[in-house]
Amino acid sequence: MSLYSFGLEPLSCHAWNKDRTQIAVSPNNSVVIIYEKKGNEWAKIHELTEHSGRITGIDWAPESNRIVTCASDRNAYVWTLKDKVWKPTLVLVRINRAATCVKWSPLENKFALGSGARLISVCYFEKENDWWLSKHIKKSIRSTVMCLDWHPNNILLAAGSSDFHCRIFSAYIKEIEDKPGPTAWGAKMPFGEMLLETRDCGGWVHSVSFSPSGDHLAWVAHNSSISVADATQGKEVTQLTTDRLPLVSVLYVSPTEMVAAGHDCCPFQFSYKGPGSLKFVKKLDIPKQTSRGSMSAMQHFRNLDKKATDDESNELGCLHQNSITQLCVVSGKKTSVDKYSSVGLDGAMVLWDFKH
Amino acid sequence: MEALQAVLKNPPINTKNQKVKERAEGLVLKVLSAFKSSDVENGIQSLDKNGVDLLMKYIYKGFETPSDNSSAVLLQWHEKALSAGGVGCILRVLTARKTV
Repeated sequence: MSLYSFGLEPLSCHAWNKDRTQIAVSPNNSVVIIYEKKGNEWAKIHELTEHSGRITGIDWAPESNRIVTCASDRNAYVWTLKDKVWKPTLVLVRINRAATCVKWSPLENKFALGSGARLISVCYFEKENDWWLSKHIKKSIRSTVMCLDWHPNNILLAAGSSDFHCRIFSAYIKEIEDKPGPTAWGAKMPFGEMLLETRDCGGWVHSVSFSPSGDHLAWVAHNSSISVADATQGKEVTQLTTDRLPLVSVLYVSPTEMVAAGHDCCPFQFSYKGPGSLKFVKKLDIPKQTSRGSMSAMQHFRNLDKKATDDESNELGCLHQNSITQLCVVSGKKTSVDKYSSVGLDGAMVLWDFKH
Repeated sequence: MEALQAVLKNPPINTKNQKVKERAEGLVLKVLSAFKSSDVENGIQSLDKNGVDLLMKYIYKGFETPSDNSSAVLLQWHEKALSAGGVGCILRVLTARKTV
């Protein structure tokens, strides 16, 4: 477990390169900064400044080494590294509201972009004209798309939105890929087909995550709950309401375990083993050992008088000092993640080890 | 105790009729005020998770229109319900689209 602070600005999103020696972060403004690991420190090596609005999503494709960024200026850029400089290419997303999240597909031949225009833009590269084109998924989305995740088969896309629903769509683009075989979620998958729409989740859906096999879909909602939909059991949904602050990001770390984090500033582990058995396992943070120096009696009573407490420290008892905004897998295959990272509003990035 | 269970069963969430909701709220308030301070804890223990969420919704609804003694009673219930339901319970009151 190690913490690194990238300054005082909140980090809205982050992405790792293939060998995890570089990290791209955005300190809540219109710039993406790429840091490289030098020993125990992170040194700034690149600054990507094409966007004019706040950056809302970054994703780094490990194999093809391309970065896609999206921002509230309704644009998305795909960056490629040429002669040690990152060059942007504009993507025609054709949205008239801010983009909220972006994710490369598992095979990296396309990416999906969620936006406040109540649609998902699936973008792919067209070789003849040498530009990125997009296709829109609008069916039944009634509000901003807040989060996306791809199914391992490169075709299905899960989207959580602020209209309180979580949906799975097919993002099959016939120009660039072959017809997919049937999955547990459905057999017919033309582009834009909706394979799952959950009923009212009780709150904005902040984050979705497919399990490693793609048969389960987990999401967290703003009403402090975490839910899982199980395709193998007739798309049955199991919901667990927690008595903590809402979770904002969820990640599957093994076929049954998932880690979720949010406004409580530390990650929690949950376990899903079948319909009806979604359980909270444990809190994954070790509280700091507060070093209480000896206080004089005078100090003690002065504190009691001024602050009604004799506790000097005003720090939270966990590594992050403010809400966690995003979790990301760092090492290990999707079925057995060893390390994951979290960034938060306190400007810090923490690397966590996961013990199975 | 049974009155608490009964009044929390079948809450008027889906109706748009304001009168029905006000009558239900009045009833709940009467039951909550009728409890002795020492019994509040037992009352909360007898409810399941959904019951605690629902109770919290009524407590906040009651806060909106304070009458002579209601706030004190409601605050007592709020404190005990909070220790049972946690902040998540209050979150669910705030995010719920269908109110009691």
